[in-house]
Amino acid sequence: MATSVTVYGPPLSTAVSRVLVCLLEKDVPFQLVPVSMAKMEHKKPDFIKMQPFGQVPAFQDDDITLFESRAICRYIAEKYPTQGTAGLYGTNPLVKASIDQWLEAESQSFNPPSSVLTFQLVFAPRMKLKQDEALIKLNEGKLVKVLDVYENRLGSSRYLAGDEFSLADLSHLPNTQFLVDKTDRAELFTSRKNVSRWWSEISTRPAWKKVVEMQNA
Amino acid sequence: MVVKVYGPAYASPKRVLVCLVEKEIEFETVPVDLIAGENLTPDYLKLQPFGSLPVIQDGDYTLFESRAIIRYYAEKYKSQGTDLLGKTLEEQGLVNQWLEVEAHNYHPPLYTLVLHTMFSGHMGVVRNEQVIKESEEKIGKVLDVYEDRLSKSKYLAGDFFSLADLSHLPFTNYLVGPVGKGYMIKERKHVSAWWDDISSRPSWLKVLEICK
Repeated sequence: MATSVTVYGPPLSTAVSRVLVCLLEKDVPFQLVPVSMAKMEHKKPDFIKMQPFGQVPAFQDDDITLFESRAICRYIAEKYPTQGTAGLYGTNPLVKASIDQWLEAESQSFNPPSSVLTFQLVFAPRMKLKQDEALIKLNEGKLVKVLDVYENRLGSSRYLAGDEFSLADLSHLPNTQFLVDKTDRAELFTSRKNVSRWWSEISTRPAWKKVVEMQNA
Repeated sequence: MVVKVYGPAYASPKRVLVCLVEKEIEFETVPVDLIAGENLTPDYLKLQPFGSLPVIQDGDYTLFESRAIIRYYAEKYKSQGTDLLGKTLEEQGLVNQWLEVEAHNYHPPLYTLVLHTMFSGHMGVVRNEQVIKESEEKIGKVLDVYEDRLSKSKYLAGDFFSLADLSHLPFTNYLVGPVGKGYMIKERKHVSAWWDDISSRPSWLKVLEICK
């Protein structure tokens, strides 16, 4: 029984919410231990013992302490393959490879510019930091190129890796939620027909809606 | 039908090549000239829509993103050659953890450093000393964490060489070579021993030989 699963970090953190939605999709019960980044709790010795880079989240179950949200998601999906959403990490090697391909694309191409935009447009104002217009423009340009590739891909595939919702789609939820919901850049996604259709489908899944509730609590 | 790997002259494709050699999988390479923009031709973009290197073709099957490719082959040929994934779910979890660390913490500042020191004047990059200084600082902080980790563990994921260590080979090779910052590795006792170990593996030496 997975009653000893603990996630450490604030639910607003994109990386933390990536792990939370994965646990919910797999019907794995967990407890969430908040970490106040404003109070620098993620840089204190007790946290560094779990995550030596001082980043959130950290993850523990009976068998392991892990960090890096996408590694945690892969671990959860492999440990509970038949529970909850079954095809999250593929049911055969070729599908799994396609999921890894698009998860890496998210990681290397989508995440960097969307993270910068999320920080600049959502968090900087909240933290009373000055926005960097040049950086915003540069990263918007990069994100547009990535979304053009997605638009083409999603014209011939229901989800990024194939016919089923997978970790590859899931990994996009946190940053996209902020950009669509909390900035004036939603049209980057909504003006692209296939990306818009895909976003509607993945963002209305019950597991993600529950995470958004946790973030807004 | 052998696996075709595109772009052997560059670093990311070498991640795939060294994995294939460790797994004793035959392959052939297809040159792609980045400077001449061969990665942006319609034919290449059909294979790799982001215009990045590498992409592989295995018969009818196409796969891109080097870290996805190495996961695929490490798992498909698990019982052949070196086991690069770990034996248990937990070991595999640690391999993936440190592979993600390489992808998110180590690679980005090192890639920036490589662009500014080796590729300035190409692909829209103009050498910027401030950027180089900041990148070096970021890499240094990551290497400090590695130094601590490797003082307790022979390899990153545990006592076995894995995809996590392998993934560091190509760009660290640039760091100690043409980028000229080998001291960052040498100054750290455990990182230095780890680097000497992994970079002298026959598979890596073979890849450097093939790609001369």
